Amino acid sequence: MPTPGETGTEAWPLWEVFVRANRGLSHVHAGSLHAPDEAMALRNARDLYTRRSEGVSIWVVPAAAITTSDPDAKGAFFESPAGKNYRHAVYYTRAEGVKHL
Amino acid sequence: MVTTTAELAEDEDGRARFDALIAADQRIEPRDWMPDKYRRTLVRQISQHAHSEIIGMQPEANWITRAPSLKRKAILMAKVQDEAGHGLYLYAAAQTLGISREEMTAQLIEGRARYSSIFNYHTPTWADMGAIGWLVDGAAICNQVPLCRASYGPYGRAMVRICKEESFHQRQGFEILYELSHGTPEQKQMAQDAVDRWYWPSLMMFGPSDDASPNSAQSMAWNIKRFSNDELRQRFVGMCVPQFEALGLECPDKDLRYDEETGTWITGEIDWDEFAAVLDGRGPANAARLRHRREAHDDGAWVREAAAEYARKQHDSERVAV
Repeated sequence: MPTPGETGTEAWPLWEVFVRANRGLSHVHAGSLHAPDEAMALRNARDLYTRRSEGVSIWVVPAAAITTSDPDAKGAFFESPAGKNYRHAVYYTRAEGVKHL
Repeated sequence: MVTTTAELAEDEDGRARFDALIAADQRIEPRDWMPDKYRRTLVRQISQHAHSEIIGMQPEANWITRAPSLKRKAILMAKVQDEAGHGLYLYAAAQTLGISREEMTAQLIEGRARYSSIFNYHTPTWADMGAIGWLVDGAAICNQVPLCRASYGPYGRAMVRICKEESFHQRQGFEILYELSHGTPEQKQMAQDAVDRWYWPSLMMFGPSDDASPNSAQSMAWNIKRFSNDELRQRFVGMCVPQFEALGLECPDKDLRYDEETGTWITGEIDWDEFAAVLDGRGPANAARLRHRREAHDDGAWVREAAAEYARKQHDSERVAV
């Protein structure tokens, strides 16, 4: 399933835009836009999402190329965290008062 | 189409989940189940909002070539470019609800969609750039800040981005008016005239008064709208009063008074007939705005087609090369 907004019927396809705000940070989804090809998608993304130096790097991805999880299958797809608190450090109490643990 | 019991049960689950999310003041995301009317309300509101940004470029573009200095011209271009960006953020948010960009564009240029009535007024002097920035963008900010918390995720996220950029717009408008009102008597008069032209239409931007706004209650129940039209209008007027003083300009509302008991500003009578007329297409510039947008769209058709065709050819030749 592509990202919401992609109909596959418009003259120019939809692209999702990811922007790296600064060195040392991940690219984060900024929004989407229409463009005829990847070169124009990058230019449009620069003009649309980095007018105030919000980024040092941009990724554009065709919305149709993205696979998303199905939100309706929420319960089955994402494992229930119930009863699995042993995955978190706070579950273990014997180390209380012991340093560097 | 036959609706099966399973589909009905799924709908009921969806509705229960939707209601719980709204009750907990959480966000609804594109693929969540939502009532049809919630979806339609959002598509209408977000697309109208996007159209307003796009049409809103025109009154100011009018002055780009005649800005009084290179600096003012660069600022005005940056502002108009922002409006285009705001329109695009909002179109993208509306698209996540299932409507296509092409359909929204068609609705606008065929006159089937509405946009904010404020952009159907003319901008005869440079001071109008100041009045639009200060009053129109100021009113827009009042409306938009609470929309950052709208229950529909993509709308709220677009509004956060827009609000960040909008405060520059209001301040630059205020500065234009300030410079004029502290200039020659003629310049001060020009500033006052522009404020007189834009003050009342700005108050109308908040929409009809609460007792004449039938859809407000539902939008508030869905956490799309957080404050009523009149509440936001009063808040805006309250902020304007000291700003008028700072500018040294007169508020055109001679009946404006502060109500000690309720702690609110009571405005004079707003001309709702004018509001209805402009909304109905009979404002000073309705026809010109739509004609210009339609022409720009038609004139750009060959560019859109050529770019799509070029992309297709490049794609095909890459496949041959491999």
